Amino acid sequence: MMGPGTNWYVAVAAILFGIGTTGVILRRSPLIVLLSLEIMLNASNLALVGFSRHFGSVDGQIFAICVMAVAAAEVVVGLGLIVAFTRRNMPLDVDAATELRG
Amino acid sequence: MGNVLVWVLWIVAALACVGSGIAVISFTNPFYSALALIGNLAALAALFLLASAEFVAAAQILVYAGAVMVMFLFVIAYLGGRADAPWAGGPQWLQLGSFVSGAAIMIAVIVALVTNVNGGLSSSADISRSFGSPAEIGRLFLTDHLLAFEITSIVLLVAAVGGVVLALKTQAEDETT
Repeated sequence: MMGPGTNWYVAVAAILFGIGTTGVILRRSPLIVLLSLEIMLNASNLALVGFSRHFGSVDGQIFAICVMAVAAAEVVVGLGLIVAFTRRNMPLDVDAATELRG
Repeated sequence: MGNVLVWVLWIVAALACVGSGIAVISFTNPFYSALALIGNLAALAALFLLASAEFVAAAQILVYAGAVMVMFLFVIAYLGGRADAPWAGGPQWLQLGSFVSGAAIMIAVIVALVTNVNGGLSSSADISRSFGSPAEIGRLFLTDHLLAFEITSIVLLVAAVGGVVLALKTQAEDETT
C-alpha cells in the first residue's frame, strides 16, 4: 500500500478522540461542548474510513456517511436547545442547566 | 517518488488535524473555535482522500463545512457576547482529571497500535479503482444498505422538526416577557 498504513490512521483517530473527550469534560460552554463532540464523531469517521480501506470493503464508508447524518441531526437539536436557553435568559453553562436533569 | 509525496501530504494533513483540534478546545471565543473546526474538517477531508474515500471527503466538505458549520456560526453570531466562554474551570482536580482521562484514551490506543497485536494491521487489502467512488457508494446505498438510507432520512426529518420546536417561543415565555 502506498503511503501510511492503517495503524497511522487509527493513531490519528485516537488522538482526535482524546482531544474531543478533553474538550467535552473541560469546557463549560455548551457551544464548545458541541464542537468537541463533532471532533469525536469525526475521529470515529476517520477510523471507519481507515479500516474500510484496510479491509477493502466500502461498507465502512457507508457507515461513516450515516455517522455524518447523525452528527448533523445532533447539531440541529443541540443548537435548538442553546437558542431555547438564551430565550429563557439562562446562563450558557452546562453546569447551570440543572432543569434538564432527569 | 509518488510514495514520498503521499507521506508528506498525509503528515501535513494529520498535523493540521491535531493542531486545529487542540485550537478548537482552547479558544475562549466560540467563533474562533468554530473557524478552527472548519480547518479540522478540511484536513480530515484530505486524509479521507488519501484513504481513497472520495465520496466521503466530498460529503465531509459539503455537509460539515458547508451546512453544519454555517449553522453553528449563525447561532454564535445570534448569541453575540453571551456566547463567550472563558475557562470557568471548576475545581482543579476536575481539570487535571479531564486531561488525564483524555491522555489515557490516546495512550491506550497508541500503545495497542505500536505493539500491533497479532500483526493484524500490517497488510491492507488490494482495492479496485472504483473503490469509494460516488457510483460505488450510490449502488451500495440503493441495494445492500437501503434500510439504513431510509432510516437516516427519517432521523434527519425528525431532527429538523425537533430543532424548530425547541427554538419556538413558548406560551410561558410570552406571559413572562
